Formats: sequence, structure tokens, C-alpha cells
Amino acid sequence: MNIENKLLKLSSLEGLVLKLNQDGKQVFAPVKKDNIVNFAPVSAFHEMTQDYIVTARSAKFVVFPRVETILEMQFSKDNITLKDKDLSSIPDAVLLGTRPCDAAGFKVLTSIFEGDYIDNIYVTRLKKTTIISISCNNYDAKCFCTSVNVHPGGTAGSDILLTRIDNDNFLAEIVTEKGKEIVNKFDTLFDIAPDVNKDSLVANVPVEFDLSAILGKIYPRFESDIWVEQSLRCIGCGTCAYVCPTCGCFDIQDVSDGHNGQRKRSWDSCGFDLFTLHSSGHNPRNTQSKRWRQRILHKFVYVPEQDNILGCVGCGRCSRACSVDMNLKEHLINLIGELTK
Amino acid sequence: MDSIRKRARELLEKNTVKVVIGYGVGSDNTVRAIFVRRPEGVEELIFDETCVQNLAVYLLKNEIKQIGKLCIIANISALRTILQLASEHQIHEEELLCLSVTPNGELLEFTGFKDIENYISSCNRDLPDKESEMIKKLEKMSVDERWQFWMNHLSRCIKCYACRSACPMCYCTRCQVEYNQPQWITVEATLMGNFEWQITRTMHLAGRCVNCGECARACPEDIPINLLNYKTVLTVKEKYNISAGTNANIDSVMSSFESDDKENFIR
Amino acid sequence: MNEQNIYMPYLMRIETVRDEAPFVKTFRLKFINEEILNRFTFKTGQFGEYSAIGEGESTFCIASSPTLKGYIECTFRQTGKVTNALAMKGEDDVIGFRGPYGNFFPIHEWKNKNLLFIAGGIALPPLRSVIWNCLDLRNDYKDVTIIYGAKTVDELIYKHELKTWDERSDVKLVTTVDPGNETPEWKGKIGFVPTVLDEVAPSSENTVAIVCGPPIMIKYTFPVLEKLGFTSENIFTTLENRMKCGFGKCGRCNVGKVFVCKDGPVFTYKQLKELPQEY
Repeated sequence: MNIENKLLKLSSLEGLVLKLNQDGKQVFAPVKKDNIVNFAPVSAFHEMTQDYIVTARSAKFVVFPRVETILEMQFSKDNITLKDKDLSSIPDAVLLGTRPCDAAGFKVLTSIFEGDYIDNIYVTRLKKTTIISISCNNYDAKCFCTSVNVHPGGTAGSDILLTRIDNDNFLAEIVTEKGKEIVNKFDTLFDIAPDVNKDSLVANVPVEFDLSAILGKIYPRFESDIWVEQSLRCIGCGTCAYVCPTCGCFDIQDVSDGHNGQRKRSWDSCGFDLFTLHSSGHNPRNTQSKRWRQRILHKFVYVPEQDNILGCVGCGRCSRACSVDMNLKEHLINLIGELTK
Repeated sequence: MDSIRKRARELLEKNTVKVVIGYGVGSDNTVRAIFVRRPEGVEELIFDETCVQNLAVYLLKNEIKQIGKLCIIANISALRTILQLASEHQIHEEELLCLSVTPNGELLEFTGFKDIENYISSCNRDLPDKESEMIKKLEKMSVDERWQFWMNHLSRCIKCYACRSACPMCYCTRCQVEYNQPQWITVEATLMGNFEWQITRTMHLAGRCVNCGECARACPEDIPINLLNYKTVLTVKEKYNISAGTNANIDSVMSSFESDDKENFIR
Repeated sequence: MNEQNIYMPYLMRIETVRDEAPFVKTFRLKFINEEILNRFTFKTGQFGEYSAIGEGESTFCIASSPTLKGYIECTFRQTGKVTNALAMKGEDDVIGFRGPYGNFFPIHEWKNKNLLFIAGGIALPPLRSVIWNCLDLRNDYKDVTIIYGAKTVDELIYKHELKTWDERSDVKLVTTVDPGNETPEWKGKIGFVPTVLDEVAPSSENTVAIVCGPPIMIKYTFPVLEKLGFTSENIFTTLENRMKCGFGKCGRCNVGKVFVCKDGPVFTYKQLKELPQEY
């Protein structure tokens, strides 16, 4: 559909959050707690903070929870019953305050969870989630969205994109039918859009590297020493994957008390040694450098080639969360330097 | 700083060591670990009060061990870790060379573990004030309040195991959480499982923790998990008069027994 | 497959349990649901996710031939939580199965060729499927040679089938065990599989080789095959990497760009040569 512009007053957001909640939707927005900003359920707009570049953790948990029961089982004396996931129990949700990079991240996750085998649990969660993003008017040194073709005012992945015009008003771009539904339902909250130049309202995030210098060029460097060099200080925790909006790798485990059980899908990380360990003890990715290479190649080679979408949205979360300062932007720039040597 | 660079350069030039593990400039005015392998690289080395990461975590990393003989620029935490690792037979005197700098800026080069022990005995090994106060506050809470405190914090744990990876004493080739027969600790991050993990981690580090605080610094959720370990540091000190990382030959508190130990259940 | 939930296994009843070797068992499995039983098909070389429900899932190939209708078989070694739980199951017990997944051996392209099967240890099951598939279409192929080795006599699996193959005049079977592990009664060869292959020296003329074994065996077998004149596109193997989902989502089984679960598990040596060493 064509993008339709509206005006949304800051003061109307209070009403919108209230009405969305009354409408039975769970509203998630950035909330500051102990000085960390993360998405959390809010019942009123004032619970949301305006003071954030991006949240510490990505918003992916709303559609790809850190632990999800994918089926249930019941055991009786001589019978086993499997119970399918009740997709209708998945609540309607609204994500408010995602950044354009977060929204773009959902596109990557979708490319993983759709494909030949459609993961209906993910698909249903996403379908039931309305994404109301807010354009960035600020950025920090870890941000590099514009270097990976994501724009701080980009609409990709959002249902509605809000861009701050001034202290009291947002430009609301209605991107999808799902976004339109919200507008139609709460039409009194939206006004006619003024004529504004959106580009002048969003942050001017500098392009820091030439993506074309990476794409299609790193796979031939599979055996390069650069992966060892870059990952020497990596300590092999899973933080980068867990905060990342596009990391979709998971583990499947059963939990059972002998009468009832659940099969659960939970976040996993390619940074862990156990991730690829064979039962024989053999491990194809037995060193941290091989696992670091996997992380970079998955995002910049495998996902782009398979799904025609870049696996990184440049939010910089991995770099902010890393306790040993593995800075992705810097590593990519360094990689280009090596490639052009 | 110059003295460190000078000595590191000598060591690399003379091939006494293959790599110097030290601190360099990181992103956005932070410091990070660097691994200097060429004499000219020593110019990147820095050492000041912002160099808090416990670099001893890298001493047991395979890809670093493979480079060859190591020199580490160690802060107090790293020195204590080295002693504790030595007492657990994880490192040997001849494998590494330790440099450090006193608060007055004097370069220290340790000739062996004994030398480190002597230096550590003169250093302040107390817990940081902020954490000491927090522990006192927790001790004063009722059981319910304390439970609530940890519930609030541990419900955030995403089981990324950054605490484990950052801890230089967490060097098991196979961690307890990776055993699944039986599954002692749930794989997925649920409240109970998070408790199980953190309690296990704490108990496994009891008497071994050198209170460097890396676990809490690494936690992406800012969970003050170091408080759990610091509490055991205090308990071990009080009950057994032992401080981890002060001596290269300490018996493990949790796996040794003496006939005059207070508890008699083992008899 | 279940259209709703790609993770939902079919329930299967264990019809028979056979001990193959220490800690190695074969299950014959039958779909409980009649409709699935009638509908289910697979191709040789494909694999599935088998679950000890309540304990978890494990990945093994389908070890029986697709020419057999009404049941499938799987063979597994007890190595972890799930396989230990499966090993506790007996006849009439119920387990879960998802699949079939992955690609398969292009047996129709092998028509009128000689077939050389080379397997080591617990890696015989995928070859057993394709061997029986080809033997059931025996007239389509020329000479069939099977070279199979295990560490010890005890660890040779499918002993009764080895006997059947040995007795067939249209199959040449060579079995071997590692030096020092032969028993007084042992009548087969003594030596590692690549050495025995070199000794037997089958002709590469109009022949495809199908190899499956532990990484170390594969590594030393390929050069011998090349020495014998096999071109890399005529050497087939099937890879195993740790898997969870079986359909390219969980992110761990890839060898470079290639997902073992979706693009494999069957590869030619030619394909492997172009892939990085991540298996």
C-alpha cells in the first residue's frame, strides 16, 4: 500500500497507549530501569522513556521469545499425547518506540523463520504484533545503520513510523494495513499531516564504510588469519547474539516431570563451543575464531545469499553489550582494510 | 607507561616472550585487551586506573596459549588470579612473565609466584566499598526481602553466560550447565533455572573467587552477581581465614577437610 | 508434515528392537496414524529427528530402504541424553519422528554403473538404506562391492545382513577390523578401511563410490579413491553435523554456505572440495 501521512500529537500518545491496552493489546515500549532501557509492557505512555538511542536488548523477544513452548506432551501409563501449540493463545501486541533498525531486524528474522518450512509460531506472533517505530533523531558511536542500508527514518519493517516534528508533534507514516487498522480504530487521535521534510527531522548517521567492499568478498577469505586476529580478545559468551535483533539461532529442549512436559525452543548462540559439538566429541567449530567467523559470515554472506537480505541492521547492540569491546563496526572497517590490501 | 613499553619491547625483541597481553585504547574512550606480538606494537600499550579488566582470563584461552610464552601486564586482580590458578595447577611459573605497575608508577617485574605473593600481601584486598555496603544491606534484609531482591534481578538473566566467560576462574572444559544426564540446570532462561545457574556458579567459585568483579562487569543485564561471590569471599575469610589468590599453594576450601574443621558431618 | 507446526513429530510405535553391537540398537518403527502410514514416503539418504518424548530429539538417517513399505528403521549409538532414553524403550513403546529431511542419493543417475560402497563403524546405516535400495533394483546396476570395517568384530553392525550380502553371488562383500582387534574366528580382513580399499583396488571404470564413515576414515579414503582413478564427482558421501531443527533454521549445521540439513546430507567429493572444513 502507499504510505499515508498523518499527524500524531505527543499528547495523543497517552490516549493511544491507554486505548491499545483497553483493546486487549499488550503494549511494549522502552522503559528505563536501573539505568538500562529495555522493552517492557507499559499500561500508560508516561512509563515509556524518551531518553534512549536504542534499547540494550532488542525487541525480538516479542516475536521470538527467549524461551517458547513449541508443543506440549502428556504421559499416561501407556499413552503419550502431543498437544499442538495453541496459536490463538498468542496475545495481540504492539511494539511502540522501536527504531527503524529494530523494525528492519524483523525482516531478517522473518527470512529465517519463513522459507521452505514456515514456522507458524513466529509468523503468528509477528502477525499479531503491530510495530510502531520512532525515527532516530540521535545516534551514538556504535550506530552504523546507514552503512548497512538501513536509514534512521526508514519505514521497512514498521507498521507505523513516527518522526518527531517538534516537542509536541510526530509525523505518523502509515506503512502497512496493520498500521492503518490502528489509525482507523483510533482515528480521533490522528490529524492531517503537515507538510514537512522528514529527512531534516531525522539523525544524520554518517556512512562509515562501503558495504559493497564486503559483500561477495569475504567468503573467499574463509581461511584468513583475520578471524583469529579479530577474535583474540573475544571471551566466547553469547551476549552479542542475545541482544542482536537478527540473531535467530535456537536450541530445542524437552522439559518433563514424567506426567507433563513441554518441548521448548530457546535462544542459542554460535559463539558457544557447545553449539556445534558432535556427540563423538568432534567439533567443526572448535575455536573462538571459527565461531567469530561464523557470526560475521552468517550475517554478511549466508543470510544475504539465501534470503537476499543483509543479516545486520547496524544497531550496534552487540558492540555496546560486549564486555571486552568487540566493536562490530570497527571490525568491519578493519575487514575491508584487509580485503583491499 | 614508558617503563612498561620499554620492558615489553625488550622482551619481544629478545624473543623472551611471544606475546604481551596488555591494555590498549578501545572504542569510545574505553580500554580493551590487546595482544602485542611485534616490538613496534608496544607503543599501543597503556596502563592506568581505567585498566580494570582482569586479563588473566586470557591465560587459559587456547588460541592465545598457542602463540607461545606469554607476558601479562597484570593489575591486582590478575595477579591474584595468577596465584589462584597456580594453586589449582592451571599455570606454571615458567609459562608466563608478569609485569605490573605500582600505584606510584613503579614498574614491577615478578620473578616468580613467591614474588607475586609478597607483593599481594602488601596490597589492599578488601572488597570495594559499594559492594561491601550492598552486602551489609542484603544481610539486614529479611529472607523474603532478599528473595525478592534476587528474583527481581535474576528474572532478567538471559543465560548468555557472559559471567562464566569473563571469569578467569571459570575454566572448566565442560561446565556443569553443559551436563544433561541428569540435567542439573535447565537449558532455557527461566527464573528457577537462572537461580540454579547462579547458585551453582557461586558455590563453584566459593574459596576461589578473587573478587575481581568481571562477572558483574560482563553481565549485559547489569545483574549484581558479583555480590553472591563476594559474600562467599567474606564467609570463607571468616570461617577459614583463607583469601583466594594470595598464595600459589592453597588447598581448595570446598574440597579439602581437616580434622579440626567446625562441621563434623563428614566424619 | 504437519502443516500447522513444523516442530510437531509423528508418533511411531516401535515394532522391533535389535541389538547390533554394544550400545548400538536398531528400531523398526511404524506410524501410529494410518493416514500418515499410507502417505509417508522418503528417498534413500534422507534423515529425521527422532524423539524420546520428554527427553529431546536426536538426528539420525533413515536406515531402511524406501522400497520397504509400512515401516522405517533407524540405527543409533547411545552417546547422550536422548539416545540413552531411546535405548530404554522397548517393543510397543512410542517415540516421535519428524522428517524426512534433506537431499538423497541420486541412485537413478547410477543406472548401469558399478557401485562401490565403503563404510566404517556406526556409519553403515545410511549406506545400508542405499545398498538395499539398489539391491531391490538389482538389474539397474552392474557390480556391487561393499567394503565395511569397524574397530572390533563386536562393533560390526547389521551382522545378519553382512551374512546375507556375503552369501549373495551378486554382491562382493569385504569386511575388516582394525589391526590387533581380530578374534580367532575372524575370517575377514585385518586393517583400516583405506588400506583395505587400496588392497582390494576395485576398478573405477564406470563406477560410483559411496563412502560414509568417521571424519578420519573419510579423510584417508578419498585420496585412495582418487589414486584408483575415481573422479571427485563420482564419489558420494553423507555428512553429519550437530542439528536441532532439521530444516535450516537453528543455525548450527552449516558448512560454510551450505546447510547440511537442507543442501545435504548427501554431497559429492567434488562439492566437498569446494567447501571449507567445517564438518
